[in-house]
Amino acid sequence: LSRIGDELYLEPTESGLSLRAVNSSRSGFASFLFAPLFFQQYEPGSAGPEAELFRCKVHMKSFLSIFRSLPSLEKSVGKCLILLKPHASRLVLQLHCKYGVTKTHNLAFQECERLQAVFDAQSCASHLCAPARVLAEAVVHFPPTLAEVTLGTGPGGKISLRNYVEEEAGESCRVRGPLPTLGCHPSPPPIPFSLPEPSKTMVTELWLAEDEFQSVAVAPGSHITFCLKEFRGLLSFAEASNLPLTIHFDDPGRPVIFSLNDTVLEVHLVLATLSDLQSNCQSPSTNGVSHLPAPSDDFADDLESYMAAMETSEGGSQRPPSPTFSLRAPRPAESKPHEEEEEEEEEGAVPGTPPHKKFRSLFFGSVMTPGRPGLATTQEVLAEDSEGEN
Amino acid sequence: MCEASVSQTAFCSGGRGAAMRFRAKIVDLACLNHFSRLINTIAKLAKTCILRLTVCKLYFILSDKVANGGASMWCELSQGNFFDEFQMEGVAAEHNEIYLELVPENLSRALKTSQSAKAVKIKLTNKHCPCLRVAVELEHPLFSLKPSLSSSSRIVTHDIPVGVIPRRMWNDFREPSVPDFDVSIYLPVLKTMKNVVERMKNLSNFIVIEANLSGEMNLKIETDLVSVTTHFKDLGNPPWASEDGCQSSAQGRDLESMTEACIDIKKLQQLLAAQQVNPTKALCNIVHKRIVHFILLHEEVSLQYFIPAIA
Repeated sequence: LSRIGDELYLEPTESGLSLRAVNSSRSGFASFLFAPLFFQQYEPGSAGPEAELFRCKVHMKSFLSIFRSLPSLEKSVGKCLILLKPHASRLVLQLHCKYGVTKTHNLAFQECERLQAVFDAQSCASHLCAPARVLAEAVVHFPPTLAEVTLGTGPGGKISLRNYVEEEAGESCRVRGPLPTLGCHPSPPPIPFSLPEPSKTMVTELWLAEDEFQSVAVAPGSHITFCLKEFRGLLSFAEASNLPLTIHFDDPGRPVIFSLNDTVLEVHLVLATLSDLQSNCQSPSTNGVSHLPAPSDDFADDLESYMAAMETSEGGSQRPPSPTFSLRAPRPAESKPHEEEEEEEEEGAVPGTPPHKKFRSLFFGSVMTPGRPGLATTQEVLAEDSEGEN
Repeated sequence: MCEASVSQTAFCSGGRGAAMRFRAKIVDLACLNHFSRLINTIAKLAKTCILRLTVCKLYFILSDKVANGGASMWCELSQGNFFDEFQMEGVAAEHNEIYLELVPENLSRALKTSQSAKAVKIKLTNKHCPCLRVAVELEHPLFSLKPSLSSSSRIVTHDIPVGVIPRRMWNDFREPSVPDFDVSIYLPVLKTMKNVVERMKNLSNFIVIEANLSGEMNLKIETDLVSVTTHFKDLGNPPWASEDGCQSSAQGRDLESMTEACIDIKKLQQLLAAQQVNPTKALCNIVHKRIVHFILLHEEVSLQYFIPAIA
């Protein structure tokens, strides 16, 4: 949770204790719900008919510092008591240690509104489920500082992971809009990305076969780009707890939902994804390839023909003005990998308008708690750019 | 010509380099690790460098532009000692070579996860722009648990953007000649030398290397507050045959007199820190107050590094 945000939201509910965090641009949200059975004793407190259960937020660093050294905690701490004292304005964490030593930490908290991103995993078009180890070992090939990664689907049911490289457009200021949340927080101004220098950027790609996943149900040709850094945190947790990770995603711009589940824990990480509002309109001849064609199943022997296919698949007669790897809407699965011509540029392109990308924020309006199906509503952009494109 | 214009020219002309081909494969793990270590060394010495490919050899070249602080590098290896397969076709039959500008750190990163790879294939491609495609074939992470997997391999591809250097610029990257040095001496154990230089770096920006033909070398720094000298003895002087085949004409010279050069300490520290393995032979040639020429020989790789003296 500390990889996402600086504040830890604690929300006791009837179904367990929910710990949540949101990032500063409100484009990433995570929640961990510990069922009552997880605890030796769980009392969410009494809520009157009018009142809600008390909730608060504390500084992440303060909370974490209590659990600083896990190995020594495991050796010396017998029990941990978490006590919320609304009237004393304190969150009490009491560690009952060996030799009768009790360490009591009193944390100041702030009352807060309910932190809830609106999302509905069930309504997503695509789902993937894989052991955490598969994803962890895939992600290791990308540099630790990499910001964005694109998850895509290719022919033969293969799933690709590729580092995202910004186009050399430069005109648009790319932003990630906030996820919709309940309560009346004013949306913070969207944070523009700093563009990496594309001509010097290495592109790393790898393919995962369908049988590496426990389940695959993906819309062909779909792809999403999300923040790898925020995902890595969840991935290490999943690996450590040996739980399979489920990924729910939809169109670019709709949030991606990562979930872990076991009998006493339900985890969700919701990240905004990059939306391709329009194709690159610099010139119709700019490169039209989003994916390298997927290698055939017989990887080892077919690498040669795979690499030969790479070389021959670029059919365009016009040279791109700049060396970039642009993210294009991918081909539908039926079309052959070789035929990656430029015609897709025209799809949805508005001639003359500058390229414009931003992370679409989620639809809002429906009130959702994790685990319950929500209502699908229309998409609405929360973070509008200053040009007023929309 | 400044570095920037080389890059721009290279990218624009890259498209016309369609005749060029390069593909290579490493299967042997020891060769692969050796190659990785070499690339890591190059990456620590140069942000951008030239890779020159010929039928028999690979060269990593850093020319002495102002941007590099005047230091230059020439690293040479025989492809046969590393690659199981190696095919190249240069720009033209009579110029059967390829010069590429690249960021060695990218290559280093691509090879980082290849420690236990089954094979690594490198190929020059030209889809949107010239790239070196490095395809690392690894054993599938789940294979031991799930032998029924459709594929026993995981392939990761890295596309490293490169700039193709047009033939008219090849002259900028010729092999530097061994300077007419005053003293040539074997270096002390590099690890020791590195430790000394690293501590001296905290005190001064410049270091004086002096040596004589009696196997003695001193590393000296001097500031307003402090001067420190480390003395090395019995290092030995390599025998260089002079042009007429006789023993070095230094015979008649005073063997005790010191030849010195004052150089940027950061460059020296960088060179010493970049070495991942102890070289088979390490020596330096000093031209009095002009330049220090380092030669480091590993099994099948020779690395020459030139650091000019500060006036």
